[in-house]
Amino acid sequence: MTMSEGDLAVTELHFVRGEMVAQQPPPASMRGPMAWVRENLLSTPFNIVMTILIALLFIWAVPEVVKFLFVDAVWTGADRDACREVVQHREIGACWPFVWERLPYFTYGSYPIPERWRVDVFFLLLAVGIGWLLWLNAPRRDLGAGYFFVVLPIASFILLHGFPLIGLPVVDTNLWGGVLVTIVVSAVGIVFSLPIGIVLALGRRSNMPAVKLFSVIFIEFVRGVPLITVLFMASVMLPLFVPEELSPDKLLRALVGIAMFAAAYMAEVVRAGLQAIPKGQFEGAMAVGLSYWQMMRLIVLPQALKITIPNIVNTYIGLFKDTTLVFIVGIFDLLKTIEVARIDPKWATPVTSTTGYAVAAIFYLIFCYGMSRYARATEARLAKAEKR
Amino acid sequence: MSIDLPAGDRPAKVAFYNDPKVRSVAYQVALCIVIGVLVYGAASNAIDNLEKAHIASGFGFWHNTAGFDISQTLISYSNLSTYGRAFWVGLLNTLLVAGLGIVFATILGFVVGIARLSTNFLVSKAATGYVETIRNIPLLLQLLFWYNAVLKALPSLRESIVIPGGIFLNNRGLFLPAPIFKNGFLFVLIAFVIGVVVSVGFSVWARKRQERTGQQAPVFLTTLALVVGLPAIVLVAAGVPLEFAYPEAGRFNITGGLEVVPEFAALLFGLSIYTAAFIAEVVRAGITSVSRGQTEAAYSLGLLPGPTLRLVVVPQAMRVIIPPLTSQYLNLLKNSSLAVAIGYPDLVQVFTGTVLNQTGQALEVVAITMAVYLSISLFTSLAMNIYNSRFALVER
Repeated sequence: MTMSEGDLAVTELHFVRGEMVAQQPPPASMRGPMAWVRENLLSTPFNIVMTILIALLFIWAVPEVVKFLFVDAVWTGADRDACREVVQHREIGACWPFVWERLPYFTYGSYPIPERWRVDVFFLLLAVGIGWLLWLNAPRRDLGAGYFFVVLPIASFILLHGFPLIGLPVVDTNLWGGVLVTIVVSAVGIVFSLPIGIVLALGRRSNMPAVKLFSVIFIEFVRGVPLITVLFMASVMLPLFVPEELSPDKLLRALVGIAMFAAAYMAEVVRAGLQAIPKGQFEGAMAVGLSYWQMMRLIVLPQALKITIPNIVNTYIGLFKDTTLVFIVGIFDLLKTIEVARIDPKWATPVTSTTGYAVAAIFYLIFCYGMSRYARATEARLAKAEKR
Repeated sequence: MSIDLPAGDRPAKVAFYNDPKVRSVAYQVALCIVIGVLVYGAASNAIDNLEKAHIASGFGFWHNTAGFDISQTLISYSNLSTYGRAFWVGLLNTLLVAGLGIVFATILGFVVGIARLSTNFLVSKAATGYVETIRNIPLLLQLLFWYNAVLKALPSLRESIVIPGGIFLNNRGLFLPAPIFKNGFLFVLIAFVIGVVVSVGFSVWARKRQERTGQQAPVFLTTLALVVGLPAIVLVAAGVPLEFAYPEAGRFNITGGLEVVPEFAALLFGLSIYTAAFIAEVVRAGITSVSRGQTEAAYSLGLLPGPTLRLVVVPQAMRVIIPPLTSQYLNLLKNSSLAVAIGYPDLVQVFTGTVLNQTGQALEVVAITMAVYLSISLFTSLAMNIYNSRFALVER
């Protein structure tokens, strides 16, 4: 469109810009760290108050923790005098020499010193098995499952308990302790709870009334009572139920209790997974003529277990924390060894308890947090696979 | 195209052992037999073993003298009381700590759960840190920490921390002034009950009127005035019939007042803080489950953020929150049995601990304890199922 002289007055009123203005940066108040602070920390009066309160909490708590764990901590020493304010004439934080000295006890309990290499080998075998299963792109994961659920339990029993025929003397379970027992109890719970839980979940969804009834009774009974009472039952009632000469040893009784307890919770997790499988999958499997077990093994369980992985791992986290309860029926797990060591007169100081508990807390925090990160990563991976 | 089957032609008869119905019955009979044999074997072994160990059976011990003391009793109890009485003392202690734990855990859990969704960076990160740390440390370890490293490390009796108002804190517990109610206090209670009844009636009337006319009534202020104000006026009018018995520090003991034993405090702390982390996650999941469109629709209708949360988001979130919240309450109740590790006299510590050791009647004692927890759990699940069927979202 062209403009003539006579239109000039009109065009001045209707000015249209010909070229674009260069893009302006957002105003200074809307960008940069200051804007972030205003947006995220100081958006309303209430938020300002909350920010100040939380900041004060951090300013108070973080230096206290750092001071206790590092600045005021004692790093070397031979006995409790190194960690006593009266002797050292200064403020005392964590008493690390106590932990250094008791570290073998926290790890192996009273396991005989010349035999402790067996425990190390067990830890190594277990780490290999866990790594194989958790690494989703690992080669031959089917072999890995066989290794973890069949080879590893047998090998660990031979290694830890002993097998005199091949020159491994028997080590009584009373001598086991520390991290070893914590790991053994949780590993047994993990290995046994899944298969038993799957069977119970299938039983609960079965069409046979008797099978369904027994599964429901078992699951609801175990889930309705505290783990402590299950452990008490296993440790004081199990010996009554078997002939005297077959009476199982203390650790085995606790293991039975833990496995039963974990299986009932696992059954509910697996059942939720089974319920999420569309009916068409069952009907399709039956239509092509698969038997019940073929249908479950080839069609339903692979799908159900896959979507349940995050919940299974969460159950394992709970199980791992719950293993501390075996302490109450007199088994020397990590927490019990710390309880015993912290009241030992050689190291008894006001800070010993806190130091010991801090070590245990860090141990459980690392393992449980690691597991929950794994569960979350798997969940994200599954969600990505679902989105097509 | 249709296939004409000759009349009367049936599919080839399968062998009876391949008939699914026969198989199903056979499996179930086999299962019943196996379980029956196991139960019979266990029972006969138990009878054998009990006879060999000369342990009495049956519930006769219920009426025997207990002969041990309990550090915290809500009902009168001495070492001359019966085992049955000890059972009730333990059960009440369990219910006390679980009840208070549920209240504190709910308050803390809702605060932390909402804080995790806050737009304030510092607040949401602090809440996340709290949840991730507390959830990943075993409860038993936390209880031992509170009891041994915090409460037992408080100053001794001589160096008690004195908080103004007659409160003493030392490694034997927390000593608070105990209220003593005098004669006229009954009127205050009556005023309180009247206040509650009237305010319930008022809120029902206000809701009906709002549904009819759309006019709102100041329900909150009226309730506050009736429930708090009315008893306060009566209290003053009756000449303040209330006194406090202050604890007094002696040389070896603190007498009078209300004593909170450190075992109770440690258990209450540990349970509330631990369960609150789980409740926070439940609350967060519930609130995020309400789709953003609901909030936006409420805003576009002109509702303010407060009423939006109260009238639109929370009612829908509660539907998602309540079932897992109940199971957290049950977990708290079951976890209160960890009291045995720090020596708080709850049901498990008193009954499965001391009574079991004294009588040796493991079967009966463990069975009674389990029956108590089991009946509370089953009763709660029943109530939950009824709630779910009433409030479940009815979809077309």
